[in-house]
Amino acid sequence: MSTVAVEVVYRGIFQKTLARNIVRSIVFAARKEGKYGTAFGRYGDSPERNGIPAKQFAIVADDPEELEENLAVYEAQEVDVTINVDDTMCKGIESWAWYGLQPINALTKTGGTLIVTSRQDADALIEDIHQKDQPYNLSILTSIPSFSGLWVYKDDHTDVRILGALAKVCPQLVSLESMVEAIQDQGWDDLKVRSAERSYDRTTSRPVEPGEGNQEEPFSFDLPGWTTMEEGIIIRGIEQGGGFRGGEEGYQPVRNSVFKKYSTRSMRPIVNFDTCIKCTLCWLQCPDTCFDVTPDGLYDANLESCCGCGVCEAVCPVADCVTMINEAEFNDNDSQYEMWQKDKDSYTQWMTSLIEKQKQVDRTHGFHHVGGYAEEIAEVAED
Amino acid sequence: MTTVEEQLFMTEKEELISGSEAVAIACALADVDVITAYPIRPYDTVMQYVSQLKANGAFDCDFIVAESEHSQFEIVKHASSVGARTFCGSSGVGWFYAFEAIAVTAGLRLPVVAMVGNRALDDPGAFGVEHNDALAVRDLGWMLYWVATAQEALDMALMAWRIAEDPRAFLPMALSCDGSFLTHSQAIVNVPTQEQVNKFLPGYQRGQMQLHPDNPITVAPQVNEDWLMEIRRQSNEAMSRTPGVIKEVYEEFKQVFGRGDPSPFLEEYMTDDDPDIILMGMGTLALPVRVAIRRMREQGKKVGFVRLKFFRPFATEEVQEALSGAKAVAVIDRDYSFGSPSSGGVLFNEVRAALYPLEKRPHVVNFIAGLGGREVRVRDVEEMVETTQKAIDTGKVEQECNWIGVRE
Repeated sequence: MSTVAVEVVYRGIFQKTLARNIVRSIVFAARKEGKYGTAFGRYGDSPERNGIPAKQFAIVADDPEELEENLAVYEAQEVDVTINVDDTMCKGIESWAWYGLQPINALTKTGGTLIVTSRQDADALIEDIHQKDQPYNLSILTSIPSFSGLWVYKDDHTDVRILGALAKVCPQLVSLESMVEAIQDQGWDDLKVRSAERSYDRTTSRPVEPGEGNQEEPFSFDLPGWTTMEEGIIIRGIEQGGGFRGGEEGYQPVRNSVFKKYSTRSMRPIVNFDTCIKCTLCWLQCPDTCFDVTPDGLYDANLESCCGCGVCEAVCPVADCVTMINEAEFNDNDSQYEMWQKDKDSYTQWMTSLIEKQKQVDRTHGFHHVGGYAEEIAEVAED
Repeated sequence: MTTVEEQLFMTEKEELISGSEAVAIACALADVDVITAYPIRPYDTVMQYVSQLKANGAFDCDFIVAESEHSQFEIVKHASSVGARTFCGSSGVGWFYAFEAIAVTAGLRLPVVAMVGNRALDDPGAFGVEHNDALAVRDLGWMLYWVATAQEALDMALMAWRIAEDPRAFLPMALSCDGSFLTHSQAIVNVPTQEQVNKFLPGYQRGQMQLHPDNPITVAPQVNEDWLMEIRRQSNEAMSRTPGVIKEVYEEFKQVFGRGDPSPFLEEYMTDDDPDIILMGMGTLALPVRVAIRRMREQGKKVGFVRLKFFRPFATEEVQEALSGAKAVAVIDRDYSFGSPSSGGVLFNEVRAALYPLEKRPHVVNFIAGLGGREVRVRDVEEMVETTQKAIDTGKVEQECNWIGVRE
């Protein structure tokens, strides 16, 4: 008996085709070696939305019956390889049917591998990734997050580069030769084969020791039973009038603890409090009521509520006041206003450096500007 | 000076009215807050009477003529969630067009009361009665009552709000009315006084479930597999509490208004002497069946009739008790369920399932009759009894489902 399971954690819609290409290719490749497999999404269509963390799986087994054993559960209890195609999800995800924050390596088995596409280094990623009691390996594929849409696919070779890396870190799954055959069988060109082979050659991994990583306890929710949950499909709102820090102290609405979705965020707003004209637009337009009004009438994004949609940046009439920054740059949800209050100069310095870096990174919400694709390809080209 | 409304319902009196008018009067007496409408017969006759009462100053309500049945049922669903007493109705394909809203109303535990004027599903265009339109909600958490007379339409409408709006239930209820005979022919109906109704029917209090700025709640968020089963389990619990609520309300109704059957669930006719054959059916079928039974009794045949009033909740124990003494039960379906067990009708299969746990089970024979409004004649009922008698004589049901009055 030998079953190999692989999960691909991706951003809904933006990376759906990418994830699908990966898991399907794994099964095609395994078939070349006479194995049986299945590729499936943990989501139906309905809950998969733009940018929401989602999963697809590939399970490969020696015979159909063994495969069936592994299909009798919705989500694998453990996987040999976790593939994370957007490094911002290293902070944890709220996966389907998982209430609370699931560490990105939650399913990665002892001695298994976590492959992340990123331009950060291992130390920076491990700072975000929750610590595990068992050792595993981390393998980084230098790459930008390959976002596209439901009806378009950005064929930047991220799919085949991951397949090449996979053959390297998990030789018991399939050989590189089978992977190459599977790539060719799908009508993909030789350039994609070469990308897979190069990726195979260059992939290395770094062991992550038990206890190494983000020490925070991931948040979770209790699921009520039918006798304890409210009748009528009701979720109780926050108490009216409660929780406001009134008058001179500014306003901070109480937020419903049931709605906590910051793990969906791939970017976050950073506010230039010096240029803010207090127009209220970000506060009004934010779909998650995430702006606190500070005592001096400025607007401070509460990052436990912000899902990173970017509406504030879009509606802000000041050119450099609200800027969306790659979520990977941050390690906490601390108040920017308090940081600014404490030391305005270093806040400004920090903010400016992030904005400068963002211009180079050019991470977007999935919708690219004209020419952006060519720029990115050039930047990540391996030779 | 008294208002028109007060004058209208000050004294108890007899009126010659149709089932539709009876329902409209019940709406006025119950002081319904929101009524929605979209013309389709026979609901259009309710619309006429409601607008007439409103125009005459006899009834104050928000009467909203929607642009479709779908909107009609959406509007009452939402109105009910903010605490308004609601009524609406449709029939046949109109009821089906509203189905998206109808299906979720029960899940949201909203006590909407609706009239469905049983009508054949088009195409082919047919205005006559068939029960399949109303039956479509049978699995969704709607209480479903089959009305047989205009008086019953008025009485049960008053009870419907009381039952549906009971916090133990908070489930919608459909009054299923024969969409031609009952809704269009006029009968003498005893119209109660406003005072009596006020005594019987308190206002609708949604309590902590009411959608209101002072009670901020989210109703019907997206839930996934981890929540849905608990939600369904809750609805099941609510539905299983309804028989108790119905009994209570029915008893109180009898006390206040001085009329009603022994049971809210069944009307038993000539069953006291444990007849060999019991016919069973719903709604206005009762009329020709009762006449046929009287004729057959004159000839010495021991035959009785049980009219099932509530299809949901299905009164399993009462049905078992009423039918277990018979040698054979003839279930008359004014509906069909193509491809169902024994290719029988909906009621037949439900009754047969209810009888299955009994140690001594009567034969159950099914008759499909009166589809599309075709007349169920006295001699048709006699034919059913003859066929059922054969099962008793031979100890075997030759053919479980029999179509009656259909041309070969």
